[in-house]
Amino acid sequence: MTFDQKPVMLKVAEKTEHNPYFATLFFNCPIDFHPGQFIMLWIPGIDEKPYTISFHTPARFGITIEAKGIFSRRAVALSPGDLVGIRGPFGNGFDIISSPHVAVVAGGCGMAPLAPLVERLNPNLFFIHGARTKQFILYPDRFKAKRHFTTDDGSLGQKGFVTDLLENEMKHRTEKSLPSFDMVYACGPEIMMHAVFTLCETHGIACQVSLERYMRCGFGVCGACVCSDRVVCTDGPVFTSEQLEKMADFNRTALLKSGRAVPLDDYVTWRCQ
Amino acid sequence: MISFLGKKLQNPLVLASGILGNSADILARVHDAGCGLVTMKSIGPAPRDGHKNPTVIDMGGGMINAVGLPTPGYAHMDAEWQALANRKFPLNASIYGGSVEEFVRVARFVSDQGPDFIEINISCPNSDCHGMLFGVDEKSAFAVTSAVKKAIDVPLIAKLTPAAPDIGRIAKACEDAGADAICAINTAGPGMVIDIEAKMPVLAFKKGGLSGPMIKPIAVRCVYDIFAAVSIPVIGLGGITTGEDAVEMFMAGATLAGMGSAVRYRGIQVFDQVNQELNTWLAEHHTTRDAIIGTAHGSARADMGDRAGTTPFAAREDQKGTP
Repeated sequence: MTFDQKPVMLKVAEKTEHNPYFATLFFNCPIDFHPGQFIMLWIPGIDEKPYTISFHTPARFGITIEAKGIFSRRAVALSPGDLVGIRGPFGNGFDIISSPHVAVVAGGCGMAPLAPLVERLNPNLFFIHGARTKQFILYPDRFKAKRHFTTDDGSLGQKGFVTDLLENEMKHRTEKSLPSFDMVYACGPEIMMHAVFTLCETHGIACQVSLERYMRCGFGVCGACVCSDRVVCTDGPVFTSEQLEKMADFNRTALLKSGRAVPLDDYVTWRCQ
Repeated sequence: MISFLGKKLQNPLVLASGILGNSADILARVHDAGCGLVTMKSIGPAPRDGHKNPTVIDMGGGMINAVGLPTPGYAHMDAEWQALANRKFPLNASIYGGSVEEFVRVARFVSDQGPDFIEINISCPNSDCHGMLFGVDEKSAFAVTSAVKKAIDVPLIAKLTPAAPDIGRIAKACEDAGADAICAINTAGPGMVIDIEAKMPVLAFKKGGLSGPMIKPIAVRCVYDIFAAVSIPVIGLGGITTGEDAVEMFMAGATLAGMGSAVRYRGIQVFDQVNQELNTWLAEHHTTRDAIIGTAHGSARADMGDRAGTTPFAAREDQKGTP
């Protein structure tokens, strides 16, 4: 089922609090879904924002929310039985390839859209997950696939950046004449995704990243989420290397709610309010 | 290529204001997708965020929206103006203000940036203190149109609301005030959608303008009335999603046909598609767009004047004051 018109009111069926910053809201409702797609979550009287679907089974779906702004703090405070509006799913989602030679690179809550993708990829994938600290690692016990961790403070896995691990693995595969990656999937802070993209370009490897912009309609008419000449809600949110090469706004510019184009840092500061 | 107020357009299709027109890049893409004239999102006098979400909801046969005129403000768009200065496509700059003075201030600045046309949005229902106030009253419409006309160096288009009690009279007031063309219609209503489970209006602004196929008969009627009331060209829009819809709008009296909500239903490629459908229809009926403009008015139709908009803008200026 899709709910791409007026919001459909659904009760929160269950809430999982992963840690003080992340919670997942589950809804007992079938929804058509391809990994990487998102829904618009309406809290009546408050606001409506895009969230990726992070859990999906034929009978239910879940969205994982990081409490960092006014809306998201309200969203993680919702309780089972509370009514919210859902529109979607919207967007294109990831192009899933069957090769075992793929890498998935998650940064912070960028794990959320990648999780249903990981569950559909070949389990021999190379899987990296970075976060500020061990406490911020989402879904620590969710996957069969082995995960390589990096944290800013070294509290879990290697201290440093996800790209350190990715670059080492790429070099390792080249030196040992192992098959290189056929695809790298990434989601996280845009500066991280840009670093992954740049690394992939250097090694001639295709990648797909999932972008975030302020959204209104979700279906490609209002223009609030444009990134260069791409409309993130309908052309994306997942973009390929070939598209990213032509998107000068990637890791550089985003629009505020007013439509004003600002440096990405200023946008990120505003979005975290 | 066709000529409109002295400017060359690749075809008679127009991107409605408020749809996608947020940046030079996306405007260029819409042009490349087959749109003859792209319109910027309405530019206001000061930064404005617009309303909280939900702001845009699809209803199947059309949409309801209250985005609320978000704008960086004309003075905070330097990079945009720079990018647009090097554009390779005709540009319509939509503007709004909360008073005649604000309209003039924005218009004067925007005119200096060199758009091909300036469209005054005197018809937006989604703000309590902007837009529509000017479009429902002949005197206000005349005042703002004539003041802006004096302040700018490019052709002026007045965008009207179907909420006007007599849209033909508003259009005539704009023509008398010096408008070079009329654009109609802005969204209809405003309307309201209440979610019965949430027990409240879905839009954060509660009410919003209706667009898309559900309002096409209103748009066609408005364009028909305007055509009968004025002799300047009309950009007809409201619910057009196919080539046959565009034909209907031309027959009502439109010179150009605009689309907005159609992007929801057929994507950005809708411009190429509608253009092909239009040309197919015209070829099958052994006719041209020029020949069908206003034909629904039958023998009662007014003198054609310059409905096709082929007279150069400079020449039009010379004709000012002549009946």
